[in-house]
Amino acid sequence: MDTWEVTFEDHNRQVADNGNTNNSRVNVGRIERVASAIGGGALVGYAITNRTKTGIALGLLGAGLLYRGATGQCEAYRSLGINTAEDVPSEDVARDVHIEKAITVSSTPKELFRYWRNFENLPRFMEDLESVTRLDETRSHWVANGPGGKQVEWDAEIYNEKENEMIAWRSLPGSDVTNAGSVHFEEAPGHGTYVKVVLNYNPPGGKAAHFFAKLFGKEPGQLIEHNLRRFKQLIETCEIPTTEGQPSGRKQQTEAPGGRKENKLASKTPVDKLARAAREGAA
Amino acid sequence: MRAVCWEGKYDVRVETVPDPEILNPRDAIIQVSSTAICGSDLHLYDGYMPTMEKGDILGHEFMGHVVDVGSAIINLKIGDRVVVPFTIACGRCFFCLRGLWSACDNSNPNWHIAESLLGHSPSGLFGYSHMMGGYAGGQAEYVRVPFADVGAHKVPENLPDEKVLFLTDIFPTGYMAAENCNIQRGDTVAIWGCGPVGQFAIKSAYLLGAGRVIAIDDNEDRLKMAAEDGKAETLNFNDQDIFHKLKFMTGGIGPDSCIDAVGLEAHGTSVDALYDRAKAALYLATDRPHALRQAITACRKGGIVSVPGVYGAFLDKFPFGVAFQKGLTFKMGQTHVHKYIQPLLELIEFGQIDPSFVITHRISLEDAADGYQTFKQQTDHCIKVIMKPGMPSTRSNGNGNGRAH
Repeated sequence: MDTWEVTFEDHNRQVADNGNTNNSRVNVGRIERVASAIGGGALVGYAITNRTKTGIALGLLGAGLLYRGATGQCEAYRSLGINTAEDVPSEDVARDVHIEKAITVSSTPKELFRYWRNFENLPRFMEDLESVTRLDETRSHWVANGPGGKQVEWDAEIYNEKENEMIAWRSLPGSDVTNAGSVHFEEAPGHGTYVKVVLNYNPPGGKAAHFFAKLFGKEPGQLIEHNLRRFKQLIETCEIPTTEGQPSGRKQQTEAPGGRKENKLASKTPVDKLARAAREGAA
Repeated sequence: MRAVCWEGKYDVRVETVPDPEILNPRDAIIQVSSTAICGSDLHLYDGYMPTMEKGDILGHEFMGHVVDVGSAIINLKIGDRVVVPFTIACGRCFFCLRGLWSACDNSNPNWHIAESLLGHSPSGLFGYSHMMGGYAGGQAEYVRVPFADVGAHKVPENLPDEKVLFLTDIFPTGYMAAENCNIQRGDTVAIWGCGPVGQFAIKSAYLLGAGRVIAIDDNEDRLKMAAEDGKAETLNFNDQDIFHKLKFMTGGIGPDSCIDAVGLEAHGTSVDALYDRAKAALYLATDRPHALRQAITACRKGGIVSVPGVYGAFLDKFPFGVAFQKGLTFKMGQTHVHKYIQPLLELIEFGQIDPSFVITHRISLEDAADGYQTFKQQTDHCIKVIMKPGMPSTRSNGNGNGRAH
C-alpha cells in the first residue's frame, strides 16, 4: 500500500480530486458533520454567554457550522471543490492532516537517532504523550492525552528505518488515532543536525475537529513545533526552561503547578553525556 | 519576600510574594544585595510593552549572594557573590557558542510569542514581559537565576556593589555600542542620548581609542555629567541644528560613527503613532525616532551607526536611501552581556573605570514606586536609581520586609 508512504506531498489535492466526482448535494463527511454540529453548538453557546464582538462573530460561525452539520452541505467546500462525504476507502490511511516541521539541534545525527529510536524517551519532551511502551523490536504501545483530557491509545510499528538517518512509523489497525510519521536526521555542517518531522494523521472527528483545534490554539502543527523545541532544549541544555512555579504578585500566588511535572522529568533525564557529545559535535 | 510588581501603567508596587524556588537543575537562587531601575524598565512603566501581566516581578539589573543551587550546578556554591546578566542564555546552543548570548535559542520558554512577532525568538530576559520569557525579575529580595552556571558571574568581595552592579546591563551595553563602532585611533564618535547607557558609551569610546566624543541630549544634568565625567563635547539639541553643527565641528565630513543610545519608546512603535509623532515634532525635542534618523543623516560616508537603544517592530520614515547612498554599516541588538562581564570587571579592578559615577539616587527597595516616578520624570537631577532590599524605607508607611512562608 503506497498510501502508507509518508511523503512531502500535500494530500489535500487528492482529497479535492475525489470531491469532483461527487454529484450529491451532500459534501461533508459523516464524522465531520457530527463534529460540525457539536462545535457549532458550542460556539453558539459561547456567544450567548460572552456577548463581546468576538463572541458574536464566533456565534455566527457556530450557527453556520450547525447548519453544515445538520444538512451535510458546505458552501465553502463547494466553492473550493472539496468533498469529504466520499470518505477514502480505508479509515486506516493517515492522510487528513499533513504536517512538516524542522529544528536544528547541536548534536550529531548518530546521537539524536539513538535517543529518538528509544521511543520510551519521547514522553520526556513530548508534552501530550503520556507513555510509550516497547512491545518488541519494531512495535510499541502509545498513550497520549487527547482533546478534553481524554486518553487516546494506539499501537505503532516502525516500518522503515535507516540507521542514523531516519525512522518511519505508522499506527496499526484499530488505533484511536490513525497516524503515520517519520523523523529525519540530516547533518548540518557547523550547525549540528536538522531534525525534520513529517506526520500524517486522521484526527478523531475528522477535518472539522482539526479546524476547531486550530481555532482554539491546539493545532497539531504547533504541538509538533513545541515538542521539537523541547527536544532541542533538553538535548542542548539538559533541561527544559520554564517559569512554572515562580513567584508573582498575582492573587493565585504561585503560577500553575502543572509545569513541575516536566521539570521532574527533565531533571531525571540522563542526557549529560548526550549533551556533552552535542557540544563537541557543534564545536 | 518583598518584590517590585508591575500592576499597570505608572503603577508599580512593592508586594509580599512567595519566595522563588529551584525549578530546574541549572537554577540558582540569589539573595539580592543591590538592584537598579533601567531606562528600559520605563517602557514597562509607561505601559506600552505588550505581554506584561499584572503582578509580574520587575528588574533585570541585580546582584547578590547565592543562597541555593540546583542539582547540576557545580561551579557555584552557597555564599558566592555574583552579578547576573539581564539576558538569560543556555551557554550551549549554536548562538551562545558563538558569543551571541542575547540570541540564545533555548532560554525563552515563550519563544512562540516572540517568533510570531519577530520571526525568530531572542533570548529570555529577566522581568521584561512574557514575550521575552516571563521570567520573574530581580527587583526583589530573592530571584531565581536559570542557567546560573553560565549566567551568574562571581565578583571579588573587595569591590563594592556600586562598582560592579552595572556589569549586569548598562556598562556592557554602552561598551558594546562603542565596540560596534570599530573605532580607529582618533575617530570622532557622536552619541545621541546621555542617559546611563550613553554615559557608558562615552567612556567606552574613549577607552577604545576615540579622539573625540560628541554627546547630544537636552537634559542639562546629563550633559553636565557627559562633559565632566565623560570628557565629551556636548550639544543641547534644543539650542541648535544638530546636523549642521556636527558637520561644522567635523569640517564637513561628519562623525566617523554615530551611536543612538535613545531608542524608541514603545508608544512610538505602531506605524500610525510614529507617523503622528513625526508630523507633530518638527524639532527633535520629543520625537525619539528622529535621533536615529539624524544619526543616519549626520554620519560620514561609509561610517557606522551603532544602536544600543531598544526598538520595537516597525519604524516609519526610515531614511534607508540615505543609509544606502552613503554606504553605512548598522550594528545593533541586545547586549551579549555574558561575553563582556570578565573583561569589563578587569577594567574596574585595574581602576580604569568606576561605574558608580552614574548613580544619583540610592533608595530602599520599599520605595521603588517613588524611584520609578523620579527616574521617569527626570526630577531631582535623577540619572540612575539603585535600590537596596535591606535598607530602611524613608516612607512613613513602609511596611518593612522579610521572607514570606
